[in-house]
Amino acid sequence: MTRFLVRRLIYLVVVILIATVLVFTLSRLSGDPRALFLSEYTSQADWDAWGREMGLDKPYVFQYAIWLGKAVRGDFGVSLRDQTPAFGVIVSRIPATLQLALGAFVFALVTGIPLGVLSAVKRGSAWDYIGRIFALLGQSMPAFWLGIMLILVLAVQLDWFPTGRRGGITHFILPSITLGWGAAAGFVRLIRSSMLEILDSEYIKFARSKGVGGPTIIWKHAFKNAAIAPLTFAGLLLAGLITGAVVTETVFAWPGLGRLGVDAVFNNDFPIMAGVVLIVSVMYVGVNLVVDVAYALIDPRIRYG
Amino acid sequence: MDNVLARPFARGANWRKLWTFFRRWPVLPVLVFAALVVAAIFAPLLAPSSPTEGNLEFRNEKPMWYPEGSSRFILGTDALGRDVLSRVIYGARISLLIAAIVLGAGAIGGTMLGLVSGYYGGQVDEVAMRFVDLTLAIPFILIALVVVIVLGQSLAIIIALLVIFSWNGFARQVRGETLQLKTMDYVSLARVSGATTSRILFKHILPGVTNTVIVVATLRVGSLILTEATLSFLGVGVPPPTPAWGLMVSDGRQYISTAWWITCFPGVAIFLTVVSMNFLGDWLRDRWDPRLRQQM
Repeated sequence: MTRFLVRRLIYLVVVILIATVLVFTLSRLSGDPRALFLSEYTSQADWDAWGREMGLDKPYVFQYAIWLGKAVRGDFGVSLRDQTPAFGVIVSRIPATLQLALGAFVFALVTGIPLGVLSAVKRGSAWDYIGRIFALLGQSMPAFWLGIMLILVLAVQLDWFPTGRRGGITHFILPSITLGWGAAAGFVRLIRSSMLEILDSEYIKFARSKGVGGPTIIWKHAFKNAAIAPLTFAGLLLAGLITGAVVTETVFAWPGLGRLGVDAVFNNDFPIMAGVVLIVSVMYVGVNLVVDVAYALIDPRIRYG
Repeated sequence: MDNVLARPFARGANWRKLWTFFRRWPVLPVLVFAALVVAAIFAPLLAPSSPTEGNLEFRNEKPMWYPEGSSRFILGTDALGRDVLSRVIYGARISLLIAAIVLGAGAIGGTMLGLVSGYYGGQVDEVAMRFVDLTLAIPFILIALVVVIVLGQSLAIIIALLVIFSWNGFARQVRGETLQLKTMDYVSLARVSGATTSRILFKHILPGVTNTVIVVATLRVGSLILTEATLSFLGVGVPPPTPAWGLMVSDGRQYISTAWWITCFPGVAIFLTVVSMNFLGDWLRDRWDPRLRQQM
């Protein structure tokens, strides 16, 4: 287990380092960082002095090291738009994104698991079709469009829910559905297929012939085993939810990381954008690591594989 | 007498036959896909008006089934007076073009890498597969946002970005297949009789993985079109005024309470395309490559 952990941790660091190299390269491509302070009173001497101060006269590797050192300490530079430290702006947006991702995850679990199990147990019945159509819709509707249509019908026409922004519990419902439906679709499909396979297995038949009752067979004997496959998916999914939030936050004017990133694109605010990418990458890779470890704890084959 | 009794059964049997036929063959998805291809190829002939030239006299016109609507604009017009139907038809061009280029490039690149990685194994394999993991571990949409900030918005950049993130599925599946195929007797025989590595890879192993490649490609079209639409929606995809579906949805957003059709119909187009491609993909997979079921 220790070896497994160490290997995964090294891998995590490598991924994050590569992400930083990518962001750094792009940041240098986006222009000379001195250009920001350039005014009509800047002399060539000032320009060179800034260059030395910022380490721009050194090779790129050094510049990268300086930049990385700052980034690790939470210094992503100053937001070009409102001249405040980018790090603070970014951190203040994290809770909103996490809440949204959590809401969507809950929606996916609450709808996906029962529908997946039902459509496998009652194969060919109306439930099966409901489950499969639900999955098909979730897989194929563009999230941004779904969000707008939900706003149009449920918020504008029927006025049941607010059209966006953060607030009470009602503010959570539409964004959670928008972000979570795709994930729920994945759950339905995975749970349905693994349940079907397991319900057909010898040990379920044995349990049945032994006289074990319906719900016990379904939940205790079959579902517990069928849940392993969707578990890895749950990890990918949670990570996907964090990035998928970009779209949902844009549609619902949700003040999270994704919306911050998209706004930064339009304001050409590179320090914010770079910070968002780095922080989201770290979260993304971190979540994946946690899931991998959890999975290895449950299934020994992964640990030694 | 027996006729009367037999008739309902016969009719029931016909319906059942039809039902079985529809369940067995992906009729509707194929029709949708065919319609899409036709729309993309013959867009200039099919579209009633220009997709980019608007007429400001007819801004936000309602679709034709409204009393105020006219048959000139079947699905209404957008805020610049452009015909929504024509834009949706031309949008099929953009979506299919991008999907075809990206999948073509991704399939070729990914298959090559998968073949080499699976065949040679060892260090080569390790490096290649870690690289695949890496492209899966980086949040794509955000990277796309940064790249577009820096390099600007263009069709070429979007295609390049999508290619970079589309080959990994091919590489992974092809590698898995190659690992199995290379242990086959006929591959060993080919090697013994002096076939070069490239001959073994392309003549003996590649045909064995073609089905997988086609299945993966079909399964990928849907998510690819969704990703492209999402990028366009966020304003970093295909640059306006090109009629891309995602862009049209985002254009209509601010008029959502007064002119829902600007947003709704392009979204329906995306949805129908993706649904039919996903359906076809599932169907092909079940027929050709049921083992993929667990993984995709």
